[in-house]
Amino acid sequence: MSNEKQGRAVRRYTADLSAVGEPALWGFGGALALGIILICGFLLMIFWNGMSTFWPKPIEVVTLTSGDKVAGEPSRQGFYKPREELLQDLSAEKREELDSNEGLVSRTLYRTGNYDLYNEDFRWVSEYEVESVEYDPEFHYFERQEWGPFVGKIKSVIIDGREHDPASLGFDRIEDEQQAARDRFAEIHRIERVEIGKINYELNQARLELRRIEINDGRDSEAYRNELERVELLDVELQREYRQLQERADSIKDEDARYRIVLEEVGGMTNETPLSQIVRFYPANDLSIFGKLGVYLSRWAEFLTSEPREANTEGGILPAIFGTVTMTLLMVVVVAPFGVITALYLREYAKQGKLVAMVRIAVNNLAGVPSIVYGVFGLGFFAYTVGGSIDAIFYPERLPNPTFGTGGILWASLTLALLTVPVVIVASEEALSAVPRSIREGALACGASKWQTIRTIVLPHAMPGVMTGLILAMARGAGEVAPLMLVGVVKLAPELPIDGFAPFIHLERSFMHLGFHIFDVGFQSRNSEAGKPMVFVTTLLLLGLIVLMNSSAIYIRNRLKKKFAGSQF
Amino acid sequence: MNTATIESPEERAAHEAKTVYHVAESGQGAAISIKDFNLWYGEVQALYGVDMEIQRGMVTALIGPSGCGKSTLLRSLNRMNDLIDTLRIRGEVQVNNQDIYAPGTDVIALRKRMGMVFQKPNPFPKSIYENVVFALRVEGISDRAMLDEACERALKGAALWNEVKDRLQESALGLSGGQQQRLCIARAIAAEPEMLLMDEPCSALDPIATAKVEDLIGDLRGQFSIVIVTHSMQQAARVSDNTAFMYLGKLVEYGSTDKVFTNPLDSRTEDYITGRFG
Repeated sequence: MSNEKQGRAVRRYTADLSAVGEPALWGFGGALALGIILICGFLLMIFWNGMSTFWPKPIEVVTLTSGDKVAGEPSRQGFYKPREELLQDLSAEKREELDSNEGLVSRTLYRTGNYDLYNEDFRWVSEYEVESVEYDPEFHYFERQEWGPFVGKIKSVIIDGREHDPASLGFDRIEDEQQAARDRFAEIHRIERVEIGKINYELNQARLELRRIEINDGRDSEAYRNELERVELLDVELQREYRQLQERADSIKDEDARYRIVLEEVGGMTNETPLSQIVRFYPANDLSIFGKLGVYLSRWAEFLTSEPREANTEGGILPAIFGTVTMTLLMVVVVAPFGVITALYLREYAKQGKLVAMVRIAVNNLAGVPSIVYGVFGLGFFAYTVGGSIDAIFYPERLPNPTFGTGGILWASLTLALLTVPVVIVASEEALSAVPRSIREGALACGASKWQTIRTIVLPHAMPGVMTGLILAMARGAGEVAPLMLVGVVKLAPELPIDGFAPFIHLERSFMHLGFHIFDVGFQSRNSEAGKPMVFVTTLLLLGLIVLMNSSAIYIRNRLKKKFAGSQF
Repeated sequence: MNTATIESPEERAAHEAKTVYHVAESGQGAAISIKDFNLWYGEVQALYGVDMEIQRGMVTALIGPSGCGKSTLLRSLNRMNDLIDTLRIRGEVQVNNQDIYAPGTDVIALRKRMGMVFQKPNPFPKSIYENVVFALRVEGISDRAMLDEACERALKGAALWNEVKDRLQESALGLSGGQQQRLCIARAIAAEPEMLLMDEPCSALDPIATAKVEDLIGDLRGQFSIVIVTHSMQQAARVSDNTAFMYLGKLVEYGSTDKVFTNPLDSRTEDYITGRFG
């Protein structure tokens, strides 16, 4: 009896650590925390680098021990181990300092600009070479239309052919003149691009029409002779207009040539530039906080609203924003009906069996195919096969120049639609299967046909789930770059896919894309160091754009969801 | 009891295969005639040779323990079971002397003639108004005056009009459970069907809501032929004219409600209603 009691008392009512799972819990929490830290760190880095790029930095004028002078924006710092022979003629004091640092030397990368004079944009300056650093308020930072930035002083300003001393004019006056010169520059650009572009377009259209008639009716036909006559008349007329415009542009150019600025770099070399080539300039060391803010905002404005210059490392990225948004929206327009209809058939109409199961597996596998494979398919099938046929049938007069038979925004959108359709199909199928059976039965019992039930009850109910799939597809599509490089993305697109010439939407045109822009600026440009800040700003913008598109889609989805709140009785 | 006269197992089996009938007739004939109706889900037989005539203008209750086939029988009447792929049937269900399982039957037209109310209220995620007029909408009626009139008539018929007349455009999902079920009844009668099929319409409702729905069934008696499946024998006794007791896929006893509940002719019926099994 007493033994039995003892036996019972031995039993402990506690659980050991492995049963409670506490160590596993720490692991889970740790993994989550690590993930969050990685993502936040990444976002913070992009955000900080992106937001700070356009903030004007001071110009340091560095006097070296050799007597040379270097002026530039300090861009970044680093350590390196110099070779012995470089250090031989150092003073004992500096050597000692070096040795205490384990032989490592701090150095600073200066953005010196003046590529036309120095043949380089950046220069490393080691700490031991530095004699003194000063912030000369005379130094300005000039952003030029070409040749990158210039760092130096204003030696003189030539206004209307007469030379002036910059001190007597004052900064504001020079800035006014520069603005006026920029306006002239914009006017020349407008005449050459828009008005002369229009004449070229009309002329080209007329020639294509002539060529079309030649192909259809032959050279000896009545129609061809009439058209030839018309084209020749038009040609004369357009040439006259062209000369008028050219004259106008030339007169503005002549005027522009009389407004110039002479810049002097730190070593005394000078450079004379038309004032209109200066995009923006500011006295970097003599700028109030509001002055800096003004420069900062004006750089952002330029970035968001203008075209790129300097091989994409300077200027704006409007065409890339436009291309990305247009392509993504086009993709959604294609992928939404395609994916939803497929899911509807698979879920609602197809007889559930082996075949359907295999189709499902295939669809899921499609989502795992490397995206470059889609690019190859898009190029081979859409551009060359479909586009080639379209060209042969509808645009024979333009051959051998391809119209649709090469990469373009339409083929890029279709390729991405193909890439993202599995996501939409899977999400839509899930949403459809989540529609309660009782509601379908209710509709059927009211005498609704299967299609009426699907259209009026099932589809609206599944809409939030379908939207979730579309959002995922959009996020994937907007960020995809690899396949686009094969089917229509270019480094610099001369024309936007939507413009003022009929038929206004040109789906055959190649386009610019933010993702490709990042790759191009960061890794394909002449001077990747100069492009680096742009990489971060563009990445920030791409992220921002995707967040914007997704949050508007989520907003729409939530509004839909609200309609169905409480439907689970 | 007549069970005392049965001796051998064979005789007992033969007796159990037969249905006892003592149906109260409405005088208007049969709305639905079910003739030797068998039904299989895949390999499993769910209904065995059911013969039954549902009286026009009366309330017929189907009772029996869970899994006895009463819901299956009800859903066979408007072919809702068609949704199941593996379904097989043998026998006939005649509505107005037409076999509804004959090839070429217009199932949609059939369902329009039979309103159906389900176990759980299943209003559509639409406004109250759109719920009620759904059956008319799918018929293609879009005349506003006609829809308004049908909506009011159906809601009054379902004793819901006074509660919702000021918020017809609000979502039906904002109604209480009892109101939702009456809305579903309104939806079922809006297109003026000939029959009303109810599959345990009160099983998800509280007693007050149940009482309201039962009152409603009383009011609708005579206008429609009503078939109601219920687990509650009190409810069957309260609302129905005829009661059919089913057991293991067979129709055991089908007769006037009074007699089934006071003096059943089959021993199994008696066992069930006295609570000895089920």
